[in-house]
Amino acid sequence: MTAVSDVTPPMVKAEGVCKNFGALKVLKGVTLEIGRGQVLVLVGPSGSGKSTFLRCINHLEQVNGGRLYVDGELIGYRERGDKLYEMPPREAAKQRREIGMVFQHFNLFPHRNALANIIEAPMQVKGVKKAAAIERAKDLLEQVGLSDKATAYPAQLSGGQQQRVAIARALAMNPKLMLFDEPTSALDPELVGEVLGVMKKLASEGMTMVVVTHEMGFAREVADQLVFMDAGVIIERGKPRELLSNPQHERTKAFLSKVM
Amino acid sequence: MSTDVSSPPASSAVIDAVPLRHPWRWVAAIVILILLGLFLYGAATNEAYGWSTFGKYILDERIVSGVWITIQLTVLSMILAIVLAVILAVMRLSPNPVFRSVSWVYLWIFRGTPVFVQLVFWGLFPTIYKNIQLGVPFGPTFFEMNIQSLSNYFLLAIIGLGLNEAAYLAEIIRAGISSVPEGQSEASTALGMSWLLTMRRTVLPQAMRVIIPPTGNEFIGQLKTTSLAVAVPFTLDLFGRQRDIASVIFQPVPLLLVAAAWYLLITSILMVGQFYLERYFSRGVSRKLTTKQLQALAEAQTFGEVGKA
Repeated sequence: MTAVSDVTPPMVKAEGVCKNFGALKVLKGVTLEIGRGQVLVLVGPSGSGKSTFLRCINHLEQVNGGRLYVDGELIGYRERGDKLYEMPPREAAKQRREIGMVFQHFNLFPHRNALANIIEAPMQVKGVKKAAAIERAKDLLEQVGLSDKATAYPAQLSGGQQQRVAIARALAMNPKLMLFDEPTSALDPELVGEVLGVMKKLASEGMTMVVVTHEMGFAREVADQLVFMDAGVIIERGKPRELLSNPQHERTKAFLSKVM
Repeated sequence: MSTDVSSPPASSAVIDAVPLRHPWRWVAAIVILILLGLFLYGAATNEAYGWSTFGKYILDERIVSGVWITIQLTVLSMILAIVLAVILAVMRLSPNPVFRSVSWVYLWIFRGTPVFVQLVFWGLFPTIYKNIQLGVPFGPTFFEMNIQSLSNYFLLAIIGLGLNEAAYLAEIIRAGISSVPEGQSEASTALGMSWLLTMRRTVLPQAMRVIIPPTGNEFIGQLKTTSLAVAVPFTLDLFGRQRDIASVIFQPVPLLLVAAAWYLLITSILMVGQFYLERYFSRGVSRKLTTKQLQALAEAQTFGEVGKA
């Protein structure tokens, strides 16, 4: 058993990942690893590059330096010999299919109801038959506690309900990795809990997750690894309990004293 | 500390207030009605309008067939325009610089020259080009067509009107596409959808809400622009027929009124169609519930109250 898991690559492996927008350097060499079934929580002040790093993982942003692998596969480029070739859009789309993403502002399709939002990508991208897609979507809606909202349009749902539909939509593609970009930042405080609840359940079922969030309670409870980023680099990392109760670095201390 | 929810206190009884009155609206409406009545009386008694001639020709066979031709010109040229415009707008916004330039040049030429000139040009097209040959330049020819022999002014009018309109519609569609928030295409991309699929399934359907009202406008505009088909020269449409009859009987005013009445009627029908299209594409936009949904919620509420009692 252990021998097999030693050979399989980590779900995400970043080696000195750099990203700049023009002259602005947003990521200055981020190196980390996320094992299968692990939950990594990224925290840091706004502008620290944590969302950009998340967006690099599914190639919404193209990495400028270093290497980023998901499940052993280089993201955004093909490597032949010692040369890198930009990846054609079709192959990039294929890589993204296996990586689910949840956005701060949900980004549900407003012209489709909850069920249609969920079946859209499986049917259009993977060619799943309608009946099978609907069946799966109903399961997912039940998982996120919204069985009765299948025919509701996003505008008729609360923020928390919309975000749970968005999670179900991402899960419908059966991703091996889920990315959460500040999933509760746009929600009323009383609605945060229902979304975090769904995420906790997902983590306990063994989903590999990368979460950018300011919810330290969630980080303490669910994360296997907590990473503190500032100004495009990782300042400090470790088990959430240790890092939260005993930060070593001045910048981590200053940040934590403000958010906790 | 127990508050009784089921029986509301007297202060929350249904309000029965005197509605706000608007006396000046009534005054204004009456003044306008009087002025309108005076105008109609003047028009009815003025011989220059030639109402008997109007009555004689409003359902004239030539006029009615002209109406039918005008509708055909409008619909067919708009179909051509819409198809072309979607392609042009998508090209304009595509990441491919070749597509972007081609689209820009098309718009530059077709928006930058008068439609009348374009229609005259399409009328002359068979004279200018005579033959269409398909083959290797300076080499063998596979296919040859003499277009002079099949100069069809109806078809040329449709092409001329459609190609010109496409340039304007492309700008409307581009504005509609740009109005869809970036998060929408990002979410689609993250789900593994290709650029084209994202356009077709996510962006364009949402852009429709912004595109439809000005396109309805363009449709109505096109209906009237068909009267310029006379430049091709194509004269079997409503305006051409009306002009032909008027020049024979020397009574331009009543026949212009005949044409105007028909244009107004068709426009009115188009406006009804536009209303339903707009309603269809605005689904999911408002948080407002439909009558059906409200009814269901109200029923659930009464059911809950009955259950409690």
